[in-house]
Amino acid sequence: MRRNVMRSLLTMLGIIVGISAVIVGDSMGTGARAAVEKQIASMGQNLIILFSGGGSRGGTRSGFGSSPNLTMGDYLALRQEVEGVEAVSPEVRGNARLVAGNQNTSVGYYGVSAEYAGIRSWNFQTGDNFTEADVRNAAKVCVIGKTTSDLLFGEGTDPVGQVIRVNNAPFSIVGLLSPKGANSFGQDQDDVILVPYTSAMKRLSGDTMFRSFNIQAQSADVMADVQTNITQLLMQRHRIAEGADPDFAMRTQQEFGDFANRTNEIMTVIINAFAGISLVVGGIGIMNIMLVSVTERTREIGIRLAVGARGRDVLRQFLTEAVLLSAFGGALGIATGYWLAPLLTKVAGFPTLISESSVIMAFSVSALIGVVFGFFPALKAANLDPIDALRYE
Amino acid sequence: MEPVIKLEDFRKTYRNGAMEVHAVRGVTVDILPGEFVAIMGSSGSGKSTMMNTIGCLDRPTGGRYLLDGVDISKLNRDQLADLRNQKLGFVFQGFNLLSRTTAVENVELPMLYARPSIPARVQYKRAMEALELVGLGERHDHHPNQLSGGQQQRVAIARALVNQPKVLLADEPTGNLDSRTSIEVMGVFQSLNEKGITIVMVTHELDIASYAKRTIVMRDGLIRSDDLVKRRLSAPEEILKLEAEQKAVQLD
Repeated sequence: MRRNVMRSLLTMLGIIVGISAVIVGDSMGTGARAAVEKQIASMGQNLIILFSGGGSRGGTRSGFGSSPNLTMGDYLALRQEVEGVEAVSPEVRGNARLVAGNQNTSVGYYGVSAEYAGIRSWNFQTGDNFTEADVRNAAKVCVIGKTTSDLLFGEGTDPVGQVIRVNNAPFSIVGLLSPKGANSFGQDQDDVILVPYTSAMKRLSGDTMFRSFNIQAQSADVMADVQTNITQLLMQRHRIAEGADPDFAMRTQQEFGDFANRTNEIMTVIINAFAGISLVVGGIGIMNIMLVSVTERTREIGIRLAVGARGRDVLRQFLTEAVLLSAFGGALGIATGYWLAPLLTKVAGFPTLISESSVIMAFSVSALIGVVFGFFPALKAANLDPIDALRYE
Repeated sequence: MEPVIKLEDFRKTYRNGAMEVHAVRGVTVDILPGEFVAIMGSSGSGKSTMMNTIGCLDRPTGGRYLLDGVDISKLNRDQLADLRNQKLGFVFQGFNLLSRTTAVENVELPMLYARPSIPARVQYKRAMEALELVGLGERHDHHPNQLSGGQQQRVAIARALVNQPKVLLADEPTGNLDSRTSIEVMGVFQSLNEKGITIVMVTHELDIASYAKRTIVMRDGLIRSDDLVKRRLSAPEEILKLEAEQKAVQLD
C-alpha cells in the first residue's frame, strides 16, 4: 500500500465516495428525523386532533374540507364526560384581513378556546392569553404571532395593547406568541392570529359547527383509551350504528410525525442506493488492483510458497491487504462525510446529525467490502503453483 | 546411515496439451547426509525436474521419493509446504529476495511460516546468526538493491539455512555472478558442507561442479554417470589463483 500512494488513493476513491455518501445520507436522515421530532414536540403534549370528515385515511388534508359536523354539545360532552382528557379546544378557521395603521396583511385565523394555547404548547413573549371570560363574552380580543406582529408593527415593537381591525371589526391584542418557526410542511407557524371561537363564529365566519377539536390527553399511557372513549361517545352522539363508518377522524401528533418522516425515508433510500452503487464500484476497484498486485508479485508469492507458506497463509496475507485498503478508504470516507455534512446544512439548509452508530456501521461495511472483493484475488494468489510462480518474469 | 534423499525409479511425465513429455524416465539414487552433490546436464536433461521433485515442489508421476524417510507422494499441499519449511533450504539463480525488505527480514521469511510459530525476538536472533555465518552481519539492514550480486546470494543462503534444514538445494547458484564472486559463493558452500550440511546443487558449468564431492550427469531423463569428483577444487585456493592472475595482467 505504501509502495504507490497515488495508486492506493485512486483505488480507494470509490470506497471514499460511497462511505462519505453513506455518512452524509444517514446524517441527513437523522437530522430530518430529529427536526420532525422537535417539531412534533412543539405541537403539544399527548395531542389528539379530532376532525369532522368522512373518516377517510391518508394524511391530514383529506380530513379538512369536509363539512363541519362537530357541535357545541360534542365539545361540552368531550370536556366533561371523557376520562383521561386534560383539555379540549374547538377550532374554527378562516382567512381574515388585518389592518393596523397603514399596514395590512391577510392571515389565517384560528377561533379557539382559552385552553388552546396550552394544548398546542404556545408560550407568550409579551402579554397573556385571552381568558374563559373572554370566550364566554365573545370578546373582541386576540393574540398574534411574531411574523404577523412584525408585518403590522415592525420588528421589535410590542403589539400588546394595540387595536387592529380584523375583517373591519376592531380587536384588541392581549398577547404576543413566542416564535416557533416553520413546521415540517414548510409553513410559517408564526404568521397567525388566535381569537376566541365565540368571537370568530359571531363576527368572522358564519360557522355554527366546528371542523376540529384539539384534545390533550392526561398522559401518553391513556392516549389509546382516550381515543377509544371519544370514538364511543361521538358514535353515540352522532347516532352512528356500530360497524358503520364514523363521520369523524382522529390523528395523534405522532401520526403527523410519521407522515413527515415518510418523505424523509424516500430521500434516505435514494441516497443509500447511490452510496451502495458507489461502494460496489469501489469494491470492484479494489478487486482489480489486488488482481494486478497478485500478478506483479507472482515471483514473491512463489518464494513464499517455496520456503513453506501454505495456501492459507498467502490467502490471509492478500486478504489482509485488501481489507486494510478498504478500511482505510472507509476511514477517509467517514472523515470526508464528517466534514461534508455540516457544510451541507450550511449551504443547502438540510438538517444533519451524525450518529455514532452510522460511523460504526460505515466502517464495518468498508471492511466487509475488502473481504468480499479481495477474496477472489487472494484465492488466486493462494492457488499459484510454486514452480510456475518462481519462473515468472 | 539412512539416506536423506532417496529416489526409487522416479519418473515424471508432463502433459502438454495432447503431447506427453517424459522429463524423467526412471531415476534411482541415494544421497546420504553430509554429501555435496552436483547434478549436471544440458537443458531438457531432466535435472530441473528432478530438482523440483527433490524440493517437494512437485510430485513424481511414477516411483517414489523419500525425504528423510518420508514418502512425499502421500502428502497433500499443506504437508508438502511444511516439509519444505522444516527440512529444505532453497538457493536460486536469481537470488529471489523480497525487494522492499531488509536483509534480516528476508532471512526471517521462512520462520514466518514455521509451525508452531516462532516469537519475533527469536526470529531476529536466528536471522542475525545466519547472516553472520555468511559474513553479512553488518549489512542486516540493507535492502537488496544496496547489495552486490554476491552479497544478495549470500543473504539467500542465510535464508535457506535459518530453519536448520536437512538439505540445502541450489539451482544454478552462480549463474548470475561473476567468476570471483562465484568462487566466493562456492567457498561458502564448501565451508557449510564441512560443518555437516548436505548440499545438492544443479549446474551446467563443469568448473562449478568441481567444488562438489560427487557429480551426477543426466541426459534425456536418465542418469548417465554418477561419480565422485576426481579433481576437487578448493575455493580459497582458487581465489588466490585468480588474484594472482589478475595481478599479473595489471603489472603488464
